[in-house]
This record gives sequence, C-alpha cells and structure tokens, in this order.
Amino acid sequence: MSEKVNPGAAATAALKDQSQERQKAMIAEHFRKLAEAPERGEKCVYTFVPGNLTELIDSFGLLPVLPEINALQSGMRGKSRDYIALAEKLGHSEDVCTYVKCDIGMLKSGNVGPTGERLPNPDLLLLSYTGCFTFLKWFELLGQEYDAPVTMLHVPYQGDGVVTDSMRTYVVDQLKKKIIPALERISGRAYDEEALKERLERSAQAEEDLVWVLESAKRRPSPIDAYFGGVYYIGPIFTAFRGTQDAVLYYRELRAEVEERIALGKGPVTPDGEIANERYRLVVEGPPNWTSFRKFWQMFAEEGAVVVASTYTKVGGVYDNGFRHDPDRPLETLADYCMGCYTNLNLPTRVQMLERYVREYSADGFLINSVKSCNSFSAGQLMILREVERRTARPGGFIESDLVDPRYFSASNIKNRLESYFQMIEQKRAGGV
Amino acid sequence: MTELEQLLARAEELYRDLRFQAVTDWKARHGGLAIGFMPVYVPRELLHAMGVLPVGVMGAGDDLEIIRGDAYYQSYICHLPRSTIELGLNGALDSLDGMLFPATCDVIRNLSGMWKLQFPEKYAHYLDVPQDFDALVGGQFYRRELEEIADELHRRGARKLEPAALRRSIEAYNENRSLVEALYTLRIDEPWRVPTHELYLLLRAGNVLSVEEHTAMLREYREAVLADADRRSMDQARVLLAGSFCEQPPLGLLRTLERAGCYIVDDDFVQVHRWITGDVRANGADPLGDLVLAYLEQGIASPIRYIDDQAKGQALVERVERSGAEGVIFCAPSFCDPALLDQPMAVAAIERAGIPWTSFKYAENTGQFQVIREQAGTFADSIKLWSE
Ligand code: SF4
Ligand code: SF4
Repeated sequence: MSEKVNPGAAATAALKDQSQERQKAMIAEHFRKLAEAPERGEKCVYTFVPGNLTELIDSFGLLPVLPEINALQSGMRGKSRDYIALAEKLGHSEDVCTYVKCDIGMLKSGNVGPTGERLPNPDLLLLSYTGCFTFLKWFELLGQEYDAPVTMLHVPYQGDGVVTDSMRTYVVDQLKKKIIPALERISGRAYDEEALKERLERSAQAEEDLVWVLESAKRRPSPIDAYFGGVYYIGPIFTAFRGTQDAVLYYRELRAEVEERIALGKGPVTPDGEIANERYRLVVEGPPNWTSFRKFWQMFAEEGAVVVASTYTKVGGVYDNGFRHDPDRPLETLADYCMGCYTNLNLPTRVQMLERYVREYSADGFLINSVKSCNSFSAGQLMILREVERRTARPGGFIESDLVDPRYFSASNIKNRLESYFQMIEQKRAGGV
Repeated sequence: MTELEQLLARAEELYRDLRFQAVTDWKARHGGLAIGFMPVYVPRELLHAMGVLPVGVMGAGDDLEIIRGDAYYQSYICHLPRSTIELGLNGALDSLDGMLFPATCDVIRNLSGMWKLQFPEKYAHYLDVPQDFDALVGGQFYRRELEEIADELHRRGARKLEPAALRRSIEAYNENRSLVEALYTLRIDEPWRVPTHELYLLLRAGNVLSVEEHTAMLREYREAVLADADRRSMDQARVLLAGSFCEQPPLGLLRTLERAGCYIVDDDFVQVHRWITGDVRANGADPLGDLVLAYLEQGIASPIRYIDDQAKGQALVERVERSGAEGVIFCAPSFCDPALLDQPMAVAAIERAGIPWTSFKYAENTGQFQVIREQAGTFADSIKLWSE
C-alpha cells in the first residue's frame, strides 16, 4: 500500500457514507422484489441500461431486470469466467461481446442474480436499442430462450451529431404505437401520463444532484473519482431507480457527502483508503474492467491518479450537457434521453466531449481503456486518441482489457503501460516531449 | 480469348482495381457525382435517379498492403474498416464525392464519424435504415431520411429527385436484380454452369459499373455460359454459404471451396443486389414511397435486420430447401458481431431441420487456405457419403 492512500480515512468515510448504505439497501430490496415477483404476481420487464425507459416501466408497476448489470455483477463476483466458458461451449463465438455470453451462461446455470436469488423470467423483453447493435442480437437470443414477447424501440443514431425532429418523431411514434401498448398488455393497466410526469420530475431532481457531484471533480483536489467511484454514483440513476423517491434521496445525500469532503479538502475515497495526494488528473474513455475492478482501481490510486471525468459514466445518459428529463414533454423527453446516451453520439461529438473534459477538468491527460467486447465503444478509439491528443496537446494513453472476460485482463501489462503513461505526464510537466 | 473469357477478365480487372478507375472514367463520361456506400444495403435507385453513380466499397480484399489502416483499429476489430480507411488515405477513393454508411453494425456506424473527421471536405452520411417495419412509423422515418439525402446531394450538384426519373431507375434496378436472380437460379439448377468465383466477380462488377453496363454484362454472361458446351456436371456437394454479407472472403477462398468439392448453390455475397426480393413497384404515383415499402416488406431476413417473430433461422432453412443445398457452411469474417451473434440461432434452426453444417472464419486478406480446404473437403465428402 502506498502512503498516498490512507486506509483509516476510508474506514471512517465508509461508516459515514449513508448514500452507499442507501444504495445497497435499494438494490437488495429490488432483487428481493424480483425474487418474489412470480409469487406475488408481479410482472418483469428485461431491458437495457442505455436508453432505458425506467420511468415509463415503473408507471405501469412493472419491475425492470437489466442483463448488463447482472453480467457486470457476475464479473465482479468472479462468476463470469465459467458463464462465458459455458456460452462458448454452447456455440457462442469467442469474438463477440462477453456481456451477452455472460448473461447466456448465467441463464443456463439457473439464472441466479447478484444477490444469490433466482431472477424471474421476463414477461416482456423490452428491447430499447440505444447506441449498440449487439442489444438487438442479445434479445433475439433471449427471445429463443423465453416464452416472452419482444418489443423493440429502435433509437436512431446521431450520425450527423444532432437530434432532428424526424428522429424524435420516430421514437415518439414507436413509444405510442408499440411500447406503451405492449406495457399496457403486460401490466393490465392503462397508460397514465400523470404518473409518468411525476416520475420524470423526480428524475430531473436526481439528475441535477448527480451532475453537481460529477462536476465537483473540477476542483483541486477532486473530492471524487469520476470513473471507478463514478460507477457507484451512476448506479441508481442508470438502473431501476431513476424517477423514484429513493433515487432523489440517494443523490441528495451523496451531494451532501461530497460537499463535506470539499469543505474538508479531501480527495476521493477508494476501497483502500483516501487519495491524500492527487498527483495526476485524468479523463478516461471506455468502460472499466469488472473482473479485476479493484486491482485496476488500485493501479491508479497507488500512483495518486484521480479520474476527474469519464465517458463511461454517460452511457446511461449524458446529463452534464444540460439535458434533464422534462415532465412537460413526457414522451419527447424520453426520446431525447434515449438518443442522447453516450454511445449514440457520433465520433466527432465524442471527440469534442473528451476535449471539453480535458480542458474543463484541468486534466493532465486522457486515457482510453479499450475493451475487446464492445465495438460500439472501441471501433474508432485509436482515432479518438490521436484527435484528442492533437486538440488538447495533453498526452493520451491506451490500454486494452475486457468487461467481464478475465482472459483479457493482463494486470502486469496494464500496470506497465500505466507506469509509462504516468512517466510521460511527468516528462511533459518537466517541459520534455 | 473467348468472349466469355474476356468478360470474366474484365470483371476480375474491375474487382482488382483498387484505384476505382471505372468510376473516374464514368465521371469523365457523365459528369455526375459518384457516391460510395458500405455494405450492406442502400437504395441505389435514389442515387441513380439523380444522376449519381452508386459505388459499392467492400474493403480491399487480399490485394492491398495495409500500411496506415492498422493504426486506426485494434486487433480485435474486423478487417474491412481498416482496408477501407487505407483506401481513403491512399487516395483510391478520391473519385468519390461522398460516402454512405448504412446501419449495418457498430463498426460501420463509427466509421461514418471517422470519415467525417478524416475527410471533412467530403459528404459522409450515416444511413439509419429503420428496424421498425411499420409503414407509418419506420416507413415514415425512412422516407424522411431518403428525402434528406436527396436534398443534400442536390445541394452538392446532383439532379433534383423527380418521380419520373425515380420510376425509370426502379425499372433499371428491377431488371438488374432479376438478372442476378436468374443467375442464382441457374446456379441452383446447373451449378457447373455458373461457378461461384465467376458469379462473385460479376456481383462485384456491379459495385462500380453503372446499372445499365452491369445489366448488359449479366445478360452477356448468361448467354455465354448457356452456350458453353464445355461446362459439365461434376460430383460435388451442394452447400449454402452463410455469413459473408459484409467483409468479403478473398477470391482464393471461393476457389478453394470449389476445388475442395463444393458447389456453392446459395450465398450472402454482395447482398445489395439481393436485399430486395422481387421487383419494386415501378409504376406507382409515389415511387419514393414504393422504394420505402420495398425496404420494409421485401427485405431479406439478414442478421443485420431485426427478426421478432421467434422464427430465427427459419429463412435460412427455407433457403436451404429452395436451393437444394445439402449442407450449410457458416463462413463469417472474424470479429463480425452481426454474423457471429446470429450464428447460434441459425445453427439451432439448421440442426432442428436435420441439415449438416460446419463453420469457419476468415478475413478479407486471409492468404492461407490449407485448413479451410481440408475442412471443406471433409464436409463435402461427408455430405456425399450421407446422400449415397
Ligand atoms: S457491445 Fe458494448 S454496448 Fe453493446 S452490449 Fe456489449 S458491452 Fe454493451
Ligand atoms: S464485417 Fe461485420 S463487424 Fe465488420 S463491418 Fe462488416 S458487419 Fe460490421
């Protein structure tokens, strides 16, 4: 353990972090509800994180299940290796997204969720297809496994870097003609726009606080880590809780905790303690690795490297560009939300966003974690690297791993690359290269 | 050289010409715009009606040394985009006034943005074909999308899109498609008359020639092979090749499969020619609407198209039956998400129907075919054994 990390402070912080306790309780409660759903006659909707319609689903009293979250949890709990191996044995290619294989392997192994309880079968596969074509194949695959209807929401891509009226109309038309009728059929309830609006109102409140928390990293030292820590902060809003009162409270508490850290001049908390000496401020592009998440984080923390902004924390919604769910335009706002998720932005927009982060967060450099699984993120990242480097004149770094396939996480390799990268930043500071 | 040999030599020359001279020549003759498009499907009729030459860009096969393209892509991404970038960087695509990137997969999608960054002076547009097939929902969206493209091309110098011209273009492509289909049918009936490596070169010629020239070429080829008494039946296994709808296998691989004892009686190559089944209505009052409807209702069941009726793979089984194939070879590019994610579902359907299958992967620049040759040979032998 490096002296830059202070374990004692972590213990105190962990004790104090009410928001974390609340998040844990929310998740436990959600999985309990899911486990009991079949008995209680409650219906479940499988759906995805980017472009999720959580407020709408909740307004029908339906429970969402998010396969990517199950996959990443399986990765963190050391189960993904076996699940992926099983899926590959069943004929799934070694070349494709490991989230899909992890999910299929989990399903074939009894569909036991992250809390150890069995997940219910879907009553509806709600394919909201934002920013990635693999989602489409994923639910075609699940469609073969379950006796549940699939309803698709095709979300157009921001190919030209803008959302046009035509795109918005297309999504709203699908919501009206396809999605809402499907939710009505499954739930046996009529669409209740007032109920949706209430939820959207609460979403906007939580989003406001989330953005405040993420932007707190503009300070020196940053009170948060916006990548490793960030994945915890986005948890509730990206998953089953956007639009709930729990989420509003969670983000209010989180904000208060961060305010306190700022007042005390503290750096981010890591699993091994607080980063007391912020040496490098980084912007990170790409998802993290989940199988060695803690080890990965340690490699940064030990060097005093703090991630001040990341794109991964925008896959389930980009809020720091001003977007908030708007209860006055309930379906249009859902459409705008879906189309605005990070991987639905074209490459030039992604480059601009990274460039902005590097400048606004006073980063020393930016780093890409390129994951083998995900063409949606990865195809084009080498060009992004060059472009951002050219525009910001800050050093860019590139490492490769995977989301949940431990075969593609080489700790020594990544550590070496990170060390050379930090050296590069030092040289740059010293007026070298 | 016989006329047939000359025609095939011309087709192979077009296929190997990575400077796209045919496009430059066409522009010199006609003075219109040339717009490239990536796999799989774009409505070429629309471009044609505006006096624009649609040019299919399908990577660079095994003929191009990749010098800069590899610096744009990680090792775990398919080969097609890196050779396409290479072509862009080395000036081979300079004759193109723009590129369309249809919604095929995330790699092509992201390539559209890379193109915008790399070639800011050129038109680069992501063609977001709908996955909702309701005429009043996805259809309306698609129509607006096509209108936007037409407006933009007009701004850049193309003729205005007029219904009468579009009707004529639809007719021209209907004729072209029916000739392609006729060759596929002839290959089913008499595969020795239409070897796949020849048919493939003809399909590729259609990527760079005007539809009129290509139609003439198809017709000439058909007449020539029907008259060629030297083409005789051999004892080969009939196979359907599935999965090669985007990055294309090298020509050598097709020849290898044929030499290994396979008659390929159906395939997914250069699918733009076969995406729409049957004719697009050509005499309606609203030809753009007819083009949209054809996309929605006459499109093939490709892995890049959403299938929601729980009958995944059924279309493949039907193709096997229609073509009289005795087995399926899944032949997909390495790291090709749509093909490889689809494969387990297709395999399940094929197995349910009791059809033998095998699979391998390739890259467009694969140079060694020994393993594939052995695998295909064994597969062909086993099929023949079973059918005896
Ligand atoms: S390819 Fe990427 S975005 Fe798509 S499902 Fe996999 S990890 Fe998610
Ligand atoms: S080969 Fe497959 S993954 Fe590659 S660009 Fe084509 S469809 Fe996409």
